[in-house]
Amino acid sequence: MTATRALIAAVRQARIGVWLPIAALATTIGTVVLGAALLGTSGYLISRAAQQPPILALGVAMVLVRAFSVGRAIMRYLERLTTHELALGALARLRSSFVARLIPLVPAGLPRLRAADLMSRFTSDVDQLQELFLRGLLPPIAAVVVICMAGVAAGVMLPAAGVVLAVVLIAFAVLVPVATGAVARAAGRRQARARADLAARVVDVLEGAPDIVAWGVRDAHLGAVERANDTVMRLGRRDAYASGVAAGLSGLGAQVAALAVLIVAVPAVRDGRMSGVLLAALVLMALAVFEVLVPLPVAAQNLAACGQAALRLEECVDRPIPITDPDVPEVPGPGRSLSLRGAQVRFAPEQEPVLSGIDLDLCWGRAVAIVGPSGSGKTTLCEVLARLRAIEAGAALLDGIPLDRLRQFDVRRAVTLVPQDAYLFPTSIAGNLRIARPDASDDELLDVLSRAGLGEWVDGLPDGLETHVGQDGGLLSGGQRQRVTLARGLLAPGGLLVLDEPTSHLDAASEAAFLDDAHGASVTDRTGLCIVTHRLAGMERFDEIVVIVDGHVRERGTHAELVVSGGWYADTVRATAVAA
Amino acid sequence: MKPTQRRLMRESRVARRALGAAALLALIQAVLTVVWAVALAAAIAPVAMNGAGLTQVRTAIIVAACAALGRAAVAWGFESTGRVGAQQVMSELRLRLAAHVLEARPLTQGTDSTGELATVAVQGVDGLELVFARYFPQMMLAIVVPIAAIGWIIPTDWVSAAILAVTIPVIIIFMILIGLGADRRAKARWAAMQMLGGRFFEVVRGLTTLRVHGRAEAQVAVLEQVGEDYRRETMSTLRLAFLSALVLELAAALGTAMVAVALGIRLVDGGIGLQASLAVLILAPEVYQPIRQLGAQFHASADGMIAAEEIFAVLDAPAVLDLPSASPAPSPSPARDAIVLDDVRVAYPGRSVPALDGISLALAPGEFVALVGPSGAGKTTVASLLVRLIDPTSGAVRVGGIDLRQIDADAWRSRIAWVPQRPRIFAATVAENVRVANPVADEAQVREALRQAGADTLVAEMPDGLATRLGEGGRRLSAGEAQRISLARAFLRDADLFVLDEPTAHLDGVLAAELAQVIRRLTAGATTLAVTHRQELVHAADRVIRMEDGRVAGALVAEAVA
Repeated sequence: MTATRALIAAVRQARIGVWLPIAALATTIGTVVLGAALLGTSGYLISRAAQQPPILALGVAMVLVRAFSVGRAIMRYLERLTTHELALGALARLRSSFVARLIPLVPAGLPRLRAADLMSRFTSDVDQLQELFLRGLLPPIAAVVVICMAGVAAGVMLPAAGVVLAVVLIAFAVLVPVATGAVARAAGRRQARARADLAARVVDVLEGAPDIVAWGVRDAHLGAVERANDTVMRLGRRDAYASGVAAGLSGLGAQVAALAVLIVAVPAVRDGRMSGVLLAALVLMALAVFEVLVPLPVAAQNLAACGQAALRLEECVDRPIPITDPDVPEVPGPGRSLSLRGAQVRFAPEQEPVLSGIDLDLCWGRAVAIVGPSGSGKTTLCEVLARLRAIEAGAALLDGIPLDRLRQFDVRRAVTLVPQDAYLFPTSIAGNLRIARPDASDDELLDVLSRAGLGEWVDGLPDGLETHVGQDGGLLSGGQRQRVTLARGLLAPGGLLVLDEPTSHLDAASEAAFLDDAHGASVTDRTGLCIVTHRLAGMERFDEIVVIVDGHVRERGTHAELVVSGGWYADTVRATAVAA
Repeated sequence: MKPTQRRLMRESRVARRALGAAALLALIQAVLTVVWAVALAAAIAPVAMNGAGLTQVRTAIIVAACAALGRAAVAWGFESTGRVGAQQVMSELRLRLAAHVLEARPLTQGTDSTGELATVAVQGVDGLELVFARYFPQMMLAIVVPIAAIGWIIPTDWVSAAILAVTIPVIIIFMILIGLGADRRAKARWAAMQMLGGRFFEVVRGLTTLRVHGRAEAQVAVLEQVGEDYRRETMSTLRLAFLSALVLELAAALGTAMVAVALGIRLVDGGIGLQASLAVLILAPEVYQPIRQLGAQFHASADGMIAAEEIFAVLDAPAVLDLPSASPAPSPSPARDAIVLDDVRVAYPGRSVPALDGISLALAPGEFVALVGPSGAGKTTVASLLVRLIDPTSGAVRVGGIDLRQIDADAWRSRIAWVPQRPRIFAATVAENVRVANPVADEAQVREALRQAGADTLVAEMPDGLATRLGEGGRRLSAGEAQRISLARAFLRDADLFVLDEPTAHLDGVLAAELAQVIRRLTAGATTLAVTHRQELVHAADRVIRMEDGRVAGALVAEAVA
């Protein structure tokens, strides 16, 4: 896909309609035209006045001059309103449409290795597109229209002047953005590496200050910063001079146009091809109309940036949707049991399966642990359980019904996944919990919090449930954060709770306490638990432990059975025990 | 000028010079603007009145062309001197920042935004360039050009001069009104916009979580609705807010129109000639232009100062290290002298609870002490005190009876090997990263240190071995890998004092156990303080000190803890 096509797709998604863009364009053009008309008419007025006609003969021109000046101010006001209206509406719709396209792709539809990168640029790319209309597309379109109008207006007074004015306008309309863009791009290219190097040195000093000071290597690091700084300065100076040329050029346009028109018109006035009273009007109009070219360099840069952003966004969201709902879904059961039989998962057809031949049984009243080294496919398995990822072969059954014959919503109502990177939104504890069940009462929230081991803590908070958790739970400790996500999982209507690496950020003592609470809270006759972890603490309490290595089930059984079996599990338990 | 700008001018000669250059260029520009108007009028008037030919107005056209070129040259001058000035100012700030952080506050306690600060210190120059290349010139032009133009118009046509002189204050008053009102409203709108953008960001970040709970689709409608509400609200305030801008535009446009009409009336009376009138008419918009532009540059200038503001904020933050004393005492050796913390209190700024609350403890020469306790007990602060990354708020750390603050800090640190919880891996090769502990170590010594730290296989797997680049722009290490590099640093230094802060926290059990043995062996003869949660290190210790809430909660022998 090209940047142009991506931009067209973006414009379509912004759903800006027809009238608002036309109004924005018309007012933008109107402002410039009225400005040119004001100056041109003023020039005519005083030229005519210099012939000392009866004052009444100037009446129309005087009225027009005043009208144009008031009209220009009002037009400018309308331009501001329409363009802001356009930009704000477009941004809101761009955000919602791109998110709507992203939803079905998260997490299984995005390429695994680049998902984080794509997501991190997603928001800034969408926001970049808000520049597309106001400071991207509108200025060049307005410029084209105004150049035509100016050429015609000047041409009516003197055809040659019309041609000259149009040529000068077009030349500067192309030249200045191209020169500005070229200078900026060249500077960016040259400076990018030097700046990255400097940034790396500065980061080393700022973040590594304790290390630098402790090891006594201050002078070496300050020297490195200074050297990188010198390089950036040297390149920067050259680029400053170059960007000055572009700035000088853009200021020159109006004067060049005025003088060029003047030189063409002077002989014409002498020959009588043009009236002398129009000369000042022509020159002053040429000066004024250049206003329309001012936003063009920025527009060119914005269009390029928006094109890149739109391309990246399309690359991100223009993908096959991994899971769709069946046309005629089955009626879901109570969500009592979830089973995998010989389940196999592949990220891409040409790759080896990441999971294969997986058998697993979750049901109410039962606690299952899935263990294994990092990278063995455990998180993928969690995604399969929550119907975020489809299996390629084998069967996945909820209450005996294949998952692909149920609506995704119904599966997730029965199976609650607390993902490894479960997110806490920057709002209150209550707000975060109610994501799982918006209609839950405060008592229900307090109940799940106390079952997750946070009862005393919440009672002790001055703001209780309304306590703000900060950016991604930044105001909570690692253990509290993990427990709030557990409480949220407990609040969800589903009876089968799947926790992916819930204790990875906890120390050993907190880990044991967390597992106790999680086990106690989520294994009842109407609920079941599945914990996925690479650490083997507290495994005694699980009814079954499934060891997954390299996408295959290697061992399964209880802790007591596995420690004597002599496999990966026993080895790992022994190694940890020796260490302790 | 904003306070930060004034401060820049006060503190930086480079900044003052850039501002001076802008003032000088503005003066030239003002003169050229008048010359341009007069010459252009002189080229038009004879032709319009008497049908003069190109030869008669040639001089005027050439002068006008020269003035135009001169104005372009000044524009070039504004841009290039402004940008270079901004770069020099930023460079000064950067170097001051780096030196200050290393000198006075190596331990940027509680700030996670250092990466952001570094970006600001490098990329912030772009914003500052706009201030120096656009805003300052515009400010100067807004003062000089109207004065020069009106000064020329007064003797020519005092009526026009009066019209301009009356309308300019109106424009300035409304600009200030816009500035004040817009500032307030813009802040409110900015906050709303941020909230909206933040909400979008959060939805995207939390998308998996929302999906798991079946709430993602609902958020699409919410996003659109909230955006729509925001648009409606914003537009209703904007309709009012833009009214002041309307008055401003009206004053500028009407001013020009009134000048034209007044000139027309006086021309009919024969009170003024066409040439003079034209010059005045050409100058009229030039008088308003720089003032109107200033408003547009004003906001960009506020953004452009953010980088400088953030750097000043760090420069102004209180130092955590006392300045080195003029005549430092010779550094005692921890291998011979006991290290004593005597009723030490450390309070970090902005924290209500002190990190250390009157702690007293002693490390005997050659002793291996494990420091344990819950997180937040102040263990890391004790380690930082020993390395002199901070100084006590009250009380003292003494070695052989001498206050550490009396001792030359670099000499003292040169005897210490320090392994922090999160060691910094610099943007350099593996070998260079290890050699920070001992710049003269040869390759064999570096390899041996890496082997002892259990990092030899790690290095062997790297594409360029010891020459593999790490850190920013190079290979990223996991926490456990970084910890092993850090341990290798410690082993490479022939230290009298080892300060180890959770040296094996990020390593798996087997490796941590092995390393505990290595640490015990290699620190023999030196005094060692090991902050740890790990049993194996606690077992290796001669003595265990337990901390709680910034104090010693109890000294135990290793067996008792186990």
